[in-house]
Amino acid sequence: MTLAIFWFCLIAVLWSGYLVLEGFDFGVGMLLPFVPRNESERGAMLKTIGPVWDGNEVWLVVAGGATFAAFPAWYATMFSGFYLALLLVLFFLIIRVVSFEWREKSDSPRWRAVWMWANAIGSTGVALVWGIALSDLLHGLPLDSKNDYAGNFWDLFSGYSVLGGVAFVLVFAFHGACFLTLRTEGDLCERSRRAARTLAIPACAAAAAYLIWTVFVAIDRNDKDVFPPVLPAAIAIVALVVAAILVYAGRSGTAFALTAGGIVAAVATLFTSLYPRVVVSSPDFANSLTVSTAASEHYTLVVISVVAAITTPLVLLYQGWTYYVFRARVTGDEVYSPEEAPRSSPAG
Amino acid sequence: MYVVASTTVDLARIQFATTSIYHFLFVPLTLGLGPLVAIMQTLWHRTGDERWLRLTRFFGTLFLINFAIGVATGLVQEFEFGMNWSEYSKFVGNVFGAPLAIEGLAAFFVESTFLGLWIFGWNRLSPRLHLATLWIAVAASWLSGYFILVANSWMQHPVGYKIVDGEAHLTSVWALLSNSFALRAYLHTMLAGLIFGSIVVLGVCCWHFLRGHDVDLFMKAAKLALIVAVPVTALQLFVGNRFGEAVTSAQAMKIAASEAQWDTCQPCGFSLFQIGGFTKDDETPSFSITVPRVLSYMATGSFDGQVKGLNELQAQEEARSGPGNYMPNVRVIYWSMRVMAFAGVLMFLIAALGAWLYWKQKLERARWFHRTALAAIALPYIAATAGWILTEMGRQPWIVQGLLLTDQANSPSVSAPWIATSLGVFIGLYVVLGIVDFVLMRRYARPDRPERHEELPAPAASY
Repeated sequence: MTLAIFWFCLIAVLWSGYLVLEGFDFGVGMLLPFVPRNESERGAMLKTIGPVWDGNEVWLVVAGGATFAAFPAWYATMFSGFYLALLLVLFFLIIRVVSFEWREKSDSPRWRAVWMWANAIGSTGVALVWGIALSDLLHGLPLDSKNDYAGNFWDLFSGYSVLGGVAFVLVFAFHGACFLTLRTEGDLCERSRRAARTLAIPACAAAAAYLIWTVFVAIDRNDKDVFPPVLPAAIAIVALVVAAILVYAGRSGTAFALTAGGIVAAVATLFTSLYPRVVVSSPDFANSLTVSTAASEHYTLVVISVVAAITTPLVLLYQGWTYYVFRARVTGDEVYSPEEAPRSSPAG
Repeated sequence: MYVVASTTVDLARIQFATTSIYHFLFVPLTLGLGPLVAIMQTLWHRTGDERWLRLTRFFGTLFLINFAIGVATGLVQEFEFGMNWSEYSKFVGNVFGAPLAIEGLAAFFVESTFLGLWIFGWNRLSPRLHLATLWIAVAASWLSGYFILVANSWMQHPVGYKIVDGEAHLTSVWALLSNSFALRAYLHTMLAGLIFGSIVVLGVCCWHFLRGHDVDLFMKAAKLALIVAVPVTALQLFVGNRFGEAVTSAQAMKIAASEAQWDTCQPCGFSLFQIGGFTKDDETPSFSITVPRVLSYMATGSFDGQVKGLNELQAQEEARSGPGNYMPNVRVIYWSMRVMAFAGVLMFLIAALGAWLYWKQKLERARWFHRTALAAIALPYIAATAGWILTEMGRQPWIVQGLLLTDQANSPSVSAPWIATSLGVFIGLYVVLGIVDFVLMRRYARPDRPERHEELPAPAASY
């Protein structure tokens, strides 16, 4: 295996990490206007992800940085081609990031409502756009002979890519609801469970349709065989269906492990379908960008491989420890407790 | 204004300048306030003095409000290289991408994760471990700054590379990481961060003295701020001065432009102020105040050193790189240098004055100084903005000094209407963020804030 292929896999891992972890953050954000009954419960919901969402988002920062370093041409084509889509991503991410910090800075109901919706719309919007954009890499973008994007904004939308966006939104909402059942108590937990039940079937249906379509797109537009893409696709569908069954059986905690696994398998489906290309060109298939043509020189890859080999296990270790530290369930009342210094009760 | 942006390159430059300057209003305060809050919490941990806990929580809140926008706007910076500068990204990716990827893996992950632990960990971690999470987050933010400045410095002074098929390839990661330009830029920037932190803390303390609010408490913080501010502002004057030498050897044009020095001189005086003399048609200022030999010292380390003038450098560059205009905007560069330097001197004087008043035990009653220090909060922001304008505009027309021109580096697939759209979105969004941030910072820093949490027990009680 060459280092370029290793980095292609590592970028798939970084996207998996980002979408599994930030996926439930997005899900919690999407459910924010619907699941809680009062401000205290809304605060509790946000507190389930409060300590971790920022660390989760770094997976995206690193995926971007790693693409820049390991595949400059991929980074250049993808980020300039998705210009307006990424503008939307940045807009949604920014309103979402500040909503975490700002929502609790005033008791005014209007102020709180503004930032609740900023979080909900931001979370939904980011999930939707990433679903569309990542699907486009496989479905094909109009690239010219220098691998530069030659289309307009509307070329990003196809039936397949839009289904990708919808599937991302529904699966993350489902994933987030399962996460909430693990991290909340009492009434809030019960309502999270109900939300998971409501979302289970739509999420599974959208994901299954999307993943099956992905395999067909890989065959039609990226010159792939049924195998291997069908293997991770099947795993993802099975994982999500079993998660849905478990939710109905009242075991939503275990279901969370399966939605996480399902998301990893779905990312694996996408990357397996892409390989050996990183951006498929359509209609001029010959202009597609491949792993080997987009990759950096060997020396650069060696340098960043050494760094990644040392730091990635450490990241998993201390992020895992964070989840262990904050493993206790969050209750609605706890939000206004004095312990939340200095965030919500700065001394004056 | 001289120019109405008409081309995609101009629009892309305006957008990158706007978003980076904005991002860097928040970053240095994170870099500088972080260690100060960590010191406050350490003092509480060591002495058990509740006042240090109150100060930790007070300034910790300001730190976090500020941090949120730094994170949000940092993501824009990372995306923008590929979005607006795809030709640049292809050209430099092998070299420039590496420090960015390493920054994420080795520093930003640590910073974000441990800050989350600190914010929410007051009662979940032992006091010692909780204190450690803050120090780790602060150390990571400083490490993060190093990798970002390694990347930026490569654009100013490319090292450890070779050009293959029109792309820069990395040949030595050690040369990249130990780039003399990067090390000096790092020192200069981290000192700037500490100046931000200490001047902001001092200003906020003086606001409280002005209202006679909690004077004993904030006197402790003011003392800490002065202990940091006096040596750091003094050191920065020296470091900034010596940084000029690195710039001279890497970017002679930038130094010549920052002095509006058209002709080569030896020895050269430092111009404090001048009217006119900023364009090729008008090389001689109609009025100027000049300190003899100081420019020679700044640029070369010797009071007799020779500094090459813009005209000679332009001729050299044309011989090397072909016909074209290789001079940056002299007027902007000259004044950004002055604004940065004068603000730096002013901050040193204010810090020294504050320390003297403290020593004479007059700080509490010197209302004129309280007002001055409160207003001085603006100075680090002005100085940092001017500094980056000098650094980045002084490099023009190059995007990577001597290797790639800015007008060949933008994304061919991104049209002017797209950039106009994104520029509009960013400006609108950033204005709103800026206003909300300012209002929140003010509310949480102000002396007469209603203290609805005051009656609550401190976290220490629950250990």
